[in-house]
Amino acid sequence: MADTTFQAGSLSEMQTGYARLIRTRRMWNGAMLALFVALLIAGFMTADARNAGGFWNGIDNVFDFPVEVIGEAWEKSHLLPGHFAKYFPSLVETINIAAAATLVGVMAGAILSLLSTRGLARWPSLVGLFRRVSDILRAIPEIVIALVLIFVLGAGPVPAMIAIALHTAGAIGKLYSEVNENASLKPVEGLASVGANWSQRMMLGIVPQVAPNYLSYALLRFEINIRASAILGFVGAGGIGYDLKNAMSWGQGKFDEAAAIFILLFAAIVLFDQLSSYARHRLTTGART
Amino acid sequence: MSNAAILTETRGLFRRKRLVAAAIPAMVLAYLVYIFFAFGVPEMIRTADTKNARILVSDSYSYKTHVTRDNRSGDIQIAIEGERKGRYDAGTGPSWVTLGETTEILLDEGHIVLFGPEEIRYDIPGYGLVTANPGRGGVNARLPGGDVPDWINASKNRLTITTAAGRLTITRNRSEVFRYFTGWELFFFTLDSPYHGMGLGEVLGHAVSGEAGAIWQDFWTNKMWRHSDVAWAIFETILMAFLGTVGAALIALPLAFLAARNFTPLGAARFAARRLFDFLRGVDGLIWTVVLSRAFGPGPLTGALAILITDSGTFGKIFSEALENVDDKQIEGIRSTGAKPMQRYRFGVIPQVTPILLSQILYYLESNVRSATIIGAITGGGIGLLLTQAIITQKDWEEVTYYIVLIVLMVMVMDTLSGWLRRRLIHGKPA
Repeated sequence: MADTTFQAGSLSEMQTGYARLIRTRRMWNGAMLALFVALLIAGFMTADARNAGGFWNGIDNVFDFPVEVIGEAWEKSHLLPGHFAKYFPSLVETINIAAAATLVGVMAGAILSLLSTRGLARWPSLVGLFRRVSDILRAIPEIVIALVLIFVLGAGPVPAMIAIALHTAGAIGKLYSEVNENASLKPVEGLASVGANWSQRMMLGIVPQVAPNYLSYALLRFEINIRASAILGFVGAGGIGYDLKNAMSWGQGKFDEAAAIFILLFAAIVLFDQLSSYARHRLTTGART
Repeated sequence: MSNAAILTETRGLFRRKRLVAAAIPAMVLAYLVYIFFAFGVPEMIRTADTKNARILVSDSYSYKTHVTRDNRSGDIQIAIEGERKGRYDAGTGPSWVTLGETTEILLDEGHIVLFGPEEIRYDIPGYGLVTANPGRGGVNARLPGGDVPDWINASKNRLTITTAAGRLTITRNRSEVFRYFTGWELFFFTLDSPYHGMGLGEVLGHAVSGEAGAIWQDFWTNKMWRHSDVAWAIFETILMAFLGTVGAALIALPLAFLAARNFTPLGAARFAARRLFDFLRGVDGLIWTVVLSRAFGPGPLTGALAILITDSGTFGKIFSEALENVDDKQIEGIRSTGAKPMQRYRFGVIPQVTPILLSQILYYLESNVRSATIIGAITGGGIGLLLTQAIITQKDWEEVTYYIVLIVLMVMVMDTLSGWLRRRLIHGKPA
């Protein structure tokens, strides 16, 4: 931005030149910052105006609902274990959706990534095509596929699983192809020289090199997918999200069930986050001996 | 060690490796089989509605025009997709309908339907003439002799004929013909616009001769496709993502200093900040969305705040890790010039972490545009809401297709834009 240049001359000339340079830069930065802040405020005002309840009215009520939920849960705390038992199968379903989607998506994504890495691709001329495929899979939000599939297949966990798996395949396809690019090609050449076909070259030459990275990204994806599967449940795809929606619609007096679901979901997310971060740590630094 | 011992040991090792290599795929397979039955896939395949799938696919690239006759009054109404918004004015119609005492409706492949004063006639090439006199005693249909083919469904009070050219339904009160066309109906102009039915060249001609404003007005306020509402919804979705992401970054940055070991020697403060981040992240976006919609009601602000709160936790964690990895030498250098703590942060730390922070913020902005679509469906804002509404009606699949295309384009544009900004801001490359 500041394309002010100055010739080397006397010291004072240099000083004024430098000062001028700094001034223009500061001015530009200041202007950009002001523009950005203005955009932020304008955006906030717009969103506020379009919202049913305004921000300043709502801010007082933010804690009303949590307080209500906690209050009711506290009052009926003797019922909570029963609620936990009641909703645990839904939680398992949510996690199963995430796990199955991660498994299927990661396998598809891994193949997609190998097909779209230069130097490894089965059909080198189709690298661009497979890249576009993973771009498109990544771009479609899960909810779009889930809702359409719910219409065709009926409500249940399968639409959510397929939707998450497709998105995962796209995301993993991109991440893994970056990993593949750093893999050494020597094992592949060695295997090629003894007559291995493409899938053998990939399974025996590339996968052992990249497996730790693959696993680590897959675990990260699993964390993300648990959240996605809970959200999709809320729009009708089964699992704990669906139960949460129902529990919310029963309204006051029944929030103890909502509280039980909140706690279950929170505990599951934290547990799997911790497990996966521990496992990823092991993968990057190796087992502590 | 003797050779034999080495050999047995190696063999044992190989056996174990082989076992592990076989066990992992076997476990994956076993899990998938379990899922197959736990999710009730066989049951689902049995009950899956292939009719719905067909409607969905055919409706996404074609539309139908309804010609409806009220059998009591004899009034005829022509409407695209049977909707009020696509209705032709009384006495007018498309070229394949000839209105009169006997209304003649031409379908494809020589099929002709006649709505007479008393009698309804459908001449089906290769089959024969079907007539009906709907009235008090039922539809009184007369078919050509022979077996009734399975594409004709006739009973006392209802006659349905479904052919490749269209569909005729007659009940006592109503006779209705559907004719199918390829494309998205009335995408640019509705029937009440003078520009409906004009070619591109013709419209451009009108635009050049000073009607550009009117043309744009007619397109923009198209009642069928609501282009202005859709554009606004897209904007709202991006706005949610923008406000959420940037707001989260602004909140997380100071807190991240609190959670970084090299900036906060006080263990308790560090611990508190970190647990706060964990809590914000652990209470999932879904829960925040539900809680916030109770306080703020439906709308884009609720969605923005839900993104903001969840991502504050994520950003806090990422930022504090980035801050723990800064190089102390630069801070020392700044300190040696006598800089106060604030100045040390500004000139010693911020320049080091900016590239990491910016690239993370841009990455999350991009991913939040997708999340905002989903959150919008829950809180009721943006393109997510339009999409769910269109899907719930279960008939406007062309609109659903349109929204899906727009959403994918929106995400891809944001993807490209954020990639370009990342290159520009971080590597200083002019794209």
